[in-house]
Amino acid sequence: MADGQDVKERSKGIGARLMRKEDDRYLNGKGRYVADIRMPGMLELAFLRSPLAHARIISQAKPDQTDSWVFFGRDLDGVSGIRAVSGLPGFRPSTQPILADEKVRHVGEPIAACLADSRAKAEDLAEKIDVVFDELPAVHDMTKARDKESPLLHEDWEENSFLESNADINFEAAIAEADVIIKRSFKTARQCMAPIEGRGLIAVWDRNLELLTLYSATQMPHIVRTGLADCLNMDHGQIRVIAPDVGGGFGYKGILLAEEVCACYLAMKLDRPIRWIEDRREHLIAGANCREHSYEITGYAKADGELLAVDCTAIVDSGAYSSYPFSACLEAAQVASILPGPYVMKGFRCKTWSVATNKPPILPFRGVARTGVCFALEVLLDGIARELKITPEAIRARNLVQPEQMPFTNITNKFFDSGDYPEALKRAVTAIDLDGIRKEQKGQTGRTRIGVGLSIFCEQGAHGTSVYHGWGIPMVPGFEQATARLTPDGGLELRVGVHSHGQSLETTLAQIANTEIGIDPEKIKLVHGDTAYTPYSTGTWGSRCIVMAGGAVGSACELLGERIRKIAGHLMQADPADIKLEGGMASAGRSTISIEEVARTWYLKPQLLPDDVDPRGLDVVAGYKTTKDTGTFSYACHAVKVEVDMDLGHIRLLDYVIVEDAGTMINPMVVDGQVYGGAAQGIGTALFEEMCFDASGQPLASTLADYHLPLASDLPNIRIEHMETPSPLSRFGQKGIGESGAIGPPAAIANAVNDALSFIGAEVAEVPMTPERVLSAIAQAEFSKTTEGDVA
Amino acid sequence: MKPALFDFAVAQSLSDAQSALLGGQNKLVSGNQSLGPMLNLRLTRPAGLVDISRVPELRAVEEHENYVRFGAAVTHAEIEDGEVPDPTGHWMRNAAANIAYRAVRNRGTIGGSLAHADPAADWVIVMTGLCAMAVVKGAAPDATLRTIPMEEFITGPYSTALGPEDILTAIDVPKPGQGARWSYWKYTRQVGEFAKASAAILIDPANNRTRITIGALGRQPALISNPETILDGSKSPMEALSVAIPDQPATALHLHAVALSRALEQIKVAKEFSA
Repeated sequence: MADGQDVKERSKGIGARLMRKEDDRYLNGKGRYVADIRMPGMLELAFLRSPLAHARIISQAKPDQTDSWVFFGRDLDGVSGIRAVSGLPGFRPSTQPILADEKVRHVGEPIAACLADSRAKAEDLAEKIDVVFDELPAVHDMTKARDKESPLLHEDWEENSFLESNADINFEAAIAEADVIIKRSFKTARQCMAPIEGRGLIAVWDRNLELLTLYSATQMPHIVRTGLADCLNMDHGQIRVIAPDVGGGFGYKGILLAEEVCACYLAMKLDRPIRWIEDRREHLIAGANCREHSYEITGYAKADGELLAVDCTAIVDSGAYSSYPFSACLEAAQVASILPGPYVMKGFRCKTWSVATNKPPILPFRGVARTGVCFALEVLLDGIARELKITPEAIRARNLVQPEQMPFTNITNKFFDSGDYPEALKRAVTAIDLDGIRKEQKGQTGRTRIGVGLSIFCEQGAHGTSVYHGWGIPMVPGFEQATARLTPDGGLELRVGVHSHGQSLETTLAQIANTEIGIDPEKIKLVHGDTAYTPYSTGTWGSRCIVMAGGAVGSACELLGERIRKIAGHLMQADPADIKLEGGMASAGRSTISIEEVARTWYLKPQLLPDDVDPRGLDVVAGYKTTKDTGTFSYACHAVKVEVDMDLGHIRLLDYVIVEDAGTMINPMVVDGQVYGGAAQGIGTALFEEMCFDASGQPLASTLADYHLPLASDLPNIRIEHMETPSPLSRFGQKGIGESGAIGPPAAIANAVNDALSFIGAEVAEVPMTPERVLSAIAQAEFSKTTEGDVA
Repeated sequence: MKPALFDFAVAQSLSDAQSALLGGQNKLVSGNQSLGPMLNLRLTRPAGLVDISRVPELRAVEEHENYVRFGAAVTHAEIEDGEVPDPTGHWMRNAAANIAYRAVRNRGTIGGSLAHADPAADWVIVMTGLCAMAVVKGAAPDATLRTIPMEEFITGPYSTALGPEDILTAIDVPKPGQGARWSYWKYTRQVGEFAKASAAILIDPANNRTRITIGALGRQPALISNPETILDGSKSPMEALSVAIPDQPATALHLHAVALSRALEQIKVAKEFSA
């Protein structure tokens, strides 16, 4: 084979910027989402939801003659509530009712299920239901949730706290040499995830097969099936979950919903297909809540900028229930373990509470706790740097883990597999032209100021059994499996239990298979999103797919390759060990045979097979784990230039640079896409997104007119630079990258705003940085300047 | 989020629309950009909707010597795109181009916006600022058209001088005189939002019209008395607004003062109108 052609073939494998196989479907409007599916005889489901945040239900009455169409909790025979119990000591479990009938604990909690042949009519029914409540005071402020006088959400608990955690590693000893002690309080707002498609489902009972099929917009179909089987007390074999095209997940679509359990039960009870499509109002007020943290954090440093220790008390507003499967402890457990970030320090102390409040359960959103801890630590670092009069880049360079320390085990026992963090910082500083910005700042007067900010962080992806077992939640990932099956025409079917809904796995997994056994990605079909067809998997979460499912596809293809070589060797009279699989051909020296011919031989011309052929054929399952399952560590440095209008409190992003190390990139274009999308969401966290509640626990944003998402016109032209340090732990050196973009922006932008305002000493300490918060920081700084002046 | 049941009819003529209003059960709808979401949230439940977006009388645009009469169902996009004459040169076109976003402008109408009277809506302040008149027809078959100055037509938040059976049929926008200048500045944090604060300035010496209008106040726009004292710098925006809109909280007052300052900066460099 000519060399040129060789290179061309290779350009479809690992490392190629291959156009996505998904594009034709998605870009031409051919995707098929749950809401596109209709079934004969289907009923639409609408829920009556609690109008109150905290109340006892005194009575419930159905409208006349609606017994067959309206259902309360008491009608769901044999159905259990949702429980996600962490094994961590002291964890207080909650039971999330499928339909609340004793007590409601947040606005939007489902109370009654209403069925009709249209959604509008189902909503008409919901309006006519009579529920009498005895309203209780609501717990809406996480910092006061544990107060003695706070009413208890779960009355058998001693306080409104799911879990308390304490870590103290060499703290007292480390702070002895401290020259400066800098304290800050930070807050991140409660956010909603807001994928373009909300949740949605159709539940269908097949009475002949005795099979319940749930079409659900989920990113974790196997876990939903396990959770359903528990709640409905059914065999796994009676349940099939299909996740068709899904319009973004971000964590919300990994959660088992009460709505899913309810719809499945009613579909079986009534023997009718039942559809529920979450609307944006339900999504915002009842569903996709995330991110709400509060930090009291103190940094201890020496005069030369050496960071000695960090002390932190963090509260996570976990909402009313522990949701399945991640539980109410994941977020705070992460805070305590990842707060030190990529920095070397001698001492660390962290106390966390996952408090219960009368709000929807907090769910893991892209980056989970990382966005909050990166914000707290990186903004604190700039505070220390200002105090010590050293630059933000210098304090980071002074304390970052160095490349020669790799692999590195940090203070909280996180295993950093590889990377050059100082280099990422250096490149970001150069790319944003930090020196140029400093010069520009010198000439500034007036009330429009520019600033520059940095943030650097690591992203642990594909962390496995040892990490999750430690948290004791209902789901612990183990070996990831993939099936590789050669079809009689020489095509390849890959089956994976993870789900692709924006990750472009249909393309990247085909690229991996192409590298392993040389079949053209055009001839590779990825089967995913159906528990009936795919191996069990915990699903798509935690930046794990390209490492775990990618590794599994690699292993399965390697095995399949061996079997292809064996048959091909027999047909060509060559030693299988000498056979290369490339460009759809098996070749040894001058002899070649197409992989298609090998497939035809196995399936259709078995008389030609060798006597000692492997009887398991050309259909293999392989399991995969990274060589150490503590996770791959990708990392990035974000650098941003902002302009602050001090009269309006308005922030404009003028330039944005991300230097990112994803290890070996399977498809750099897909990596860029992940980083862009994540960064847009991170900018949302930084500047816009906030779900406010009033003192009675009422959510104050119920439509997208009040809940502000970042718009195209708010986003700068983000410039990405790649570094490529292969992970020693993963099959191809690839690292999980999916969440990264969403982690860095709040910290970098806050640092840039504080830099712009440093001439008056103003600091913002809460995201989103709304004009009101920026103006209030400015007013505070200007006021304290005036009073200082008065004293002088 | 589906509306409660309602009847729907399409009016073919102004008299169709007027008879639909009798009895107070029905609501007129044209672009449906504000009413639609309210229907879906079940915040409003009219027994019936009458679509007036195709009524010929409401779609007409008439050019007169001193003003242009815009039918109420002319869309923001038609104004933006110059499909209808702009008596102000390009002032109306510019204002239209920055209403919400294009999908809203394609359907939303100038009359619908004014009759809805959202305190932060662009036309509410711009039409007040340009000294426009609302043209209103009462229910009686022989009722003559009433013209009402915009500052009297908008009577409060979401409230107008329209009686239950009145229809806003048109808006008269006066032509500015030679050498007139205009500026309109609004603060929206994101594209498509309603303004948080806005200010419009008209200086039209030939017609003896000088007007400073403050909008997005949570009620009808405020006209500043003695605008000349602000234009000549003898009063600061903050001084003037503390007197003109004392009901506003300090943060809002500040924001409106910024809006007025920026409108003042703009008017200094605004091009003079020439017919």
